Amino acid sequence: MTEQPTSTYTASELLAVMAARLLEDGQIVFAGVGIPLLAATLAQRAHAPRLTILFEGGVVGPFIVPGELPPSTNEQRCTRRANMVLPITDVLLLLQRGYVDVGFMGGAQIDRYGNLNSSFIGDADDPKIRLPGTGGGNDISSLTQMIVAMKHEKRRFVSKVDFITSPGFIEGGSSRADRGLPAGGMWRVVTDLAVMGFDERSHEMKVLALHPGVTAEQVRDNTGFDIAIPDDVGRTEPPRRQELDVVRNLDPDRLYTA
Amino acid sequence: MSTEPLVKPYLELRRETAARDHGLREKVMSLDEAAALVKDGEHVGIGGCTMSRTPMAMLWALIRAGRKDLTVSRSITSTEGDLLYASGVSRHIITSWFSQGIVWGVSKVMRHYTERKLARFDEWSHMSIGLRYRAGAMGVPFMATRSMLGSDVARRREDEVKTITCPFTGEEVMLLPALNPDTVLIHVQRADAYGNAQLDGLQFMDIDMAMAAKRVILTTERIVSNDQIRRTPDHTRIPFFTVDAVVEAPFGAAPHECYGVYEPFFSHLDLYAEMTAKDAEGGARRYLDEYIHGSKSWPDYLAKLGMEAVLDASRRGRSIHND
Repeated sequence: MTEQPTSTYTASELLAVMAARLLEDGQIVFAGVGIPLLAATLAQRAHAPRLTILFEGGVVGPFIVPGELPPSTNEQRCTRRANMVLPITDVLLLLQRGYVDVGFMGGAQIDRYGNLNSSFIGDADDPKIRLPGTGGGNDISSLTQMIVAMKHEKRRFVSKVDFITSPGFIEGGSSRADRGLPAGGMWRVVTDLAVMGFDERSHEMKVLALHPGVTAEQVRDNTGFDIAIPDDVGRTEPPRRQELDVVRNLDPDRLYTA
Repeated sequence: MSTEPLVKPYLELRRETAARDHGLREKVMSLDEAAALVKDGEHVGIGGCTMSRTPMAMLWALIRAGRKDLTVSRSITSTEGDLLYASGVSRHIITSWFSQGIVWGVSKVMRHYTERKLARFDEWSHMSIGLRYRAGAMGVPFMATRSMLGSDVARRREDEVKTITCPFTGEEVMLLPALNPDTVLIHVQRADAYGNAQLDGLQFMDIDMAMAAKRVILTTERIVSNDQIRRTPDHTRIPFFTVDAVVEAPFGAAPHECYGVYEPFFSHLDLYAEMTAKDAEGGARRYLDEYIHGSKSWPDYLAKLGMEAVLDASRRGRSIHND
């Protein structure tokens, strides 16, 4: 089969495809629902058949049925053809024990050090918006290497989050380890514009690659802090038809990819 | 508010457990009789997670009984949390995530009550809630964890958690206080009259919760014989001596799901989201009046959901057994 590039896709589809490419065969991936689950399932079908998905509801190694995406990680749809179901606490403890290679979540607000906020917009004591909270996000980001998939918008990419729900590199440098989190940390942030990583020492976010047709200017305009973009920044390959077909087949009702 | 210690003293925990009738005895009762076991102001743990095996029939009965000022804990909280806030049954929920579900956006009812400081939402990480129940189940005062350190989630709980230096390794770890609820409500697929409960599918935190609690109220899709339980004792997850009440409540988690029996009633949940979208407080009030107080019995509540919705949710629920 020839692998044709295609130019017609939604931002969410692009996000799912680009995120899937970051996953490697043989990994154990702790996935949230939405884009992370779509991406992990796409990776399984495209290049990582031995990839295992974990859900915080307690599921080890399910295969998702197209058109039956679970509304949360805690419904029976999450258990299709799984190897095992565990109590919630025990599946989360796999993170602490070190069995999880990648934690994969969406994000409401992220800052230059990869800290995520899904708890409060504004002051936590008098918030403008009370968000749903951490769920397993805090545990996942505290205990393993993280990929975050989210929309690239100025209000979501802020200099400092209002509240650290899920810790990234806290204040950069060695502050994550100093606060008692020696393992894991933010690894990649994938958006509809680019793929970001973190500087090895300062742990500040930097752009690794721009998506097709995206300019450095666009990324700067949509980022609420000064983000490093090297002159020789990489370029991602456009989504292939086969990749988009898998995503569309999984989410025919466009629950997560509209 | 409460002057009670954060962790129940061990001998008190033992005394309460010793005082319970541990005999193999029948505990079958009605929803109303079970609701009367729960006292105002108690700590009530809710089994299941998000939209799964939520003990909705029992909550229906507690709301109708006018129970108030409960402190409620749950792994993840969905629409039942809205109804507890709006009815005044609880204005204090301890949980890791609180919203109807990500496909419906952020709960307007949760936002209404928390942003106006009419209700408390104490946020813990998911694993922390689980480890707190587990410590309670184990009869130890705390569990150590490597999670939550360095986050604002822990900072907001600074009166309830402790960071210590491990005496063996010198590392920093966080201690989470045991949680021993007064009452735990759990919905299961089947149980016998003594309270031996068999769970299919996802267990969530239910087993630890049952072991941690002073009192357990089981609702069950169906009551089966003790002989039937004894044929597959390896499927029994909750032992009878932790259980105080067994209530047969078919579709007792509706409009949420019960593994292998029914999936969530999605169109009803869409309707609920719509009712509360513009006017959170008024919408939740109308839902309580029309569906909770406005139903004569639990079957009548199901009738309000509609036969078509019941059959559709059942068809999807049972499809988990299809090849």
